[in-house]
Amino acid sequence: MGLSDPTPEGRFGDFGGRYVPETLVPACQELEAAFREAWADQGYRERLDGLLADYAGRPSPMTECENLSGELGCRLLLKREDLNHTGSHKINNVLGQALLAQRMGKTRLVAETGAGQHGVATATAAALLGMECCVYMGEVDIVRQELNVFRMRLLGAEVRTAMSGSRTLKDAINEAMRDWVATVGESHYCLGSVMGPHPYPWMVRRFHEVLGREAREQSEAILGGVPDVVTACVGGGSNAIGIFSGFMDADTELVGVEPAGGAAVGRGIPGVVHGSQSFLMQDEFGQVLEAESISAGLDYPGVGPEHSHLAAIGRARYENVTDAEVVEAFRLLSRTEGIIPALEPAHALAWVFRDRVALAGRSVVLNLSGRGDKDVAQMMDVLGGGEGS
Amino acid sequence: MAGAVEGALRDRRDAGGKALVVYVTGGLGDDWTDTVRAVADAGADVIEIGIPFSDPVMDGPTIQAANDRALASGATPTSILTQVSGLDAGVPLAVMTYYNIPFRAGLERFAAALADAGVSGCILPDLPLEETGPWVAAADEAGIETILLAAPTASDERLSRVCARSRGFVYGVGLLGVTGVRAELAASASIIATRLKQLTDLPVLIGVGVGTPGQAVEASAAGDGVVVGSAVVQGMLEDAGPTGVGDLVAQFRVALDAA
Ligand SMILES: Cc1ncc(COP(=O)(O)O)c(C=O)c1O
Repeated sequence: MGLSDPTPEGRFGDFGGRYVPETLVPACQELEAAFREAWADQGYRERLDGLLADYAGRPSPMTECENLSGELGCRLLLKREDLNHTGSHKINNVLGQALLAQRMGKTRLVAETGAGQHGVATATAAALLGMECCVYMGEVDIVRQELNVFRMRLLGAEVRTAMSGSRTLKDAINEAMRDWVATVGESHYCLGSVMGPHPYPWMVRRFHEVLGREAREQSEAILGGVPDVVTACVGGGSNAIGIFSGFMDADTELVGVEPAGGAAVGRGIPGVVHGSQSFLMQDEFGQVLEAESISAGLDYPGVGPEHSHLAAIGRARYENVTDAEVVEAFRLLSRTEGIIPALEPAHALAWVFRDRVALAGRSVVLNLSGRGDKDVAQMMDVLGGGEGS
Repeated sequence: MAGAVEGALRDRRDAGGKALVVYVTGGLGDDWTDTVRAVADAGADVIEIGIPFSDPVMDGPTIQAANDRALASGATPTSILTQVSGLDAGVPLAVMTYYNIPFRAGLERFAAALADAGVSGCILPDLPLEETGPWVAAADEAGIETILLAAPTASDERLSRVCARSRGFVYGVGLLGVTGVRAELAASASIIATRLKQLTDLPVLIGVGVGTPGQAVEASAAGDGVVVGSAVVQGMLEDAGPTGVGDLVAQFRVALDAA
């Protein structure tokens, strides 16, 4: 048994809902109906499963870390979403949404991106399906994820710079929503995480459940039972909810890891922004605070509503780690296992490393949500050229 | 019983005129309360005071810039409402902000604070009909008129439910898009006005994309009047001052009266 469906209003407990301008309500309703219909349609599901297998390379493997496990004192398994086409878990959701958009007669995909992984995945799906693609990205992220900007353009997408506010993911979402308000007839908003107005948090989670199902089977095959702990980084929370979904009924501890500078769940104040009610970093008046993280993909002051719900009912717990701990984890996995992780999943590893004493002797499945190629240039600046000497 | 916003707009309509509602960003510049008074003197029937929010998804570049500037100068919902309570503009006031501001303050507390400050109405553009429940309960209790937006994308069935729940007036969204001045009025402005007029006796005003006196005349032909925002805020951003902004609003008033 997995996660439960939200209420008809799109609520997970107190969280979720559909807080969008009136203009977008019919589009959200239409999307919800189309998704329900497609999800029940065998033709759609077969097409999606076919693309996930033959185009994206699913199932992704699970790797037991022989070297690092010894160093940490726990049994560490990695769910290898970094090996998917385009380099992260984001492709699972994007293929589902792009096929759905096409089925709905939309000709244009609009997306926001932080690290650029969701933007690259969306640009990829648009190229494959012959759709127009426009990706909004904050000016700060355009600089630190330059390589992904080039990849998106190479794939034929238009990349527009979000210049407002903190000029990161939060503002890219604002710009994408403003675009959608103006182009709702022809555009589908291909949201990149389990956030936004209903049905997005639920729909995006369903598209990522595939990785949770695989991880359950694979970890049982390797461990002979369920793992003691499942952990993943949390920006909006899509890779985390995907892997959590495979272990809801198990006696497995679920741990989401946020950046210290973007710990929405960690601070525990509910708010409403970008379409849903959830925990949100904000000041005493309700102004949304700017997150601050080394990782563009987690540099977000909110979190998906289902995570707020899982935290509120105590089914999952949320830790946070500092940028310095993340850099160490990034180096550690590279050096010990020959796997350069993206900075985002390096957060989850940073938590495992910090809590290794408490985790001693236990089995841990970590969702390695993406590969580090996109971060190498940034890390050259952080670490200097002396690394490896 | 009709509230002050609805009353003022009905009076204008009953007298055979077209209503003019003007949006002013609260906390923008030291003299923004003087600007509110000048706007009232220039013939606005109702004034919307914008309480800046960090993430205004329904607003285009002009109001975003005004928001950012007001926030950077230290404006808060509390400071703005404190200034509003001493304002005595002589016309009904409504607040326009985003839902997280009342949500964070506490809905009852925020509604009561509006009433205490002498504000009559409230517009929350990211609060669609289905999510209005808790807020309108608090607003109704405090005697605050909650003005709902009605979008061109909605069915007639949805529009009639929006009209039934709206208080003060029905805010017809003139185009598919965010606030901001456009070269021409969108064709959708007259269409939404006509559709709404068939569904409600409440005053129907068209806003979003109404940026010139000529556009105001065109947009109010089928409905009962207009909401003008970005054009006025642009004047504030360019330091036109209370007099300059008042002169601009007077041009809208003159054009509407001559129509
Ligand atoms: C590799 C990777 N992991 C995680 C994330 C964060 O997103 P989410 O929390 O939705 O998984 C991103 C976002 O850009 C990413 O690129």
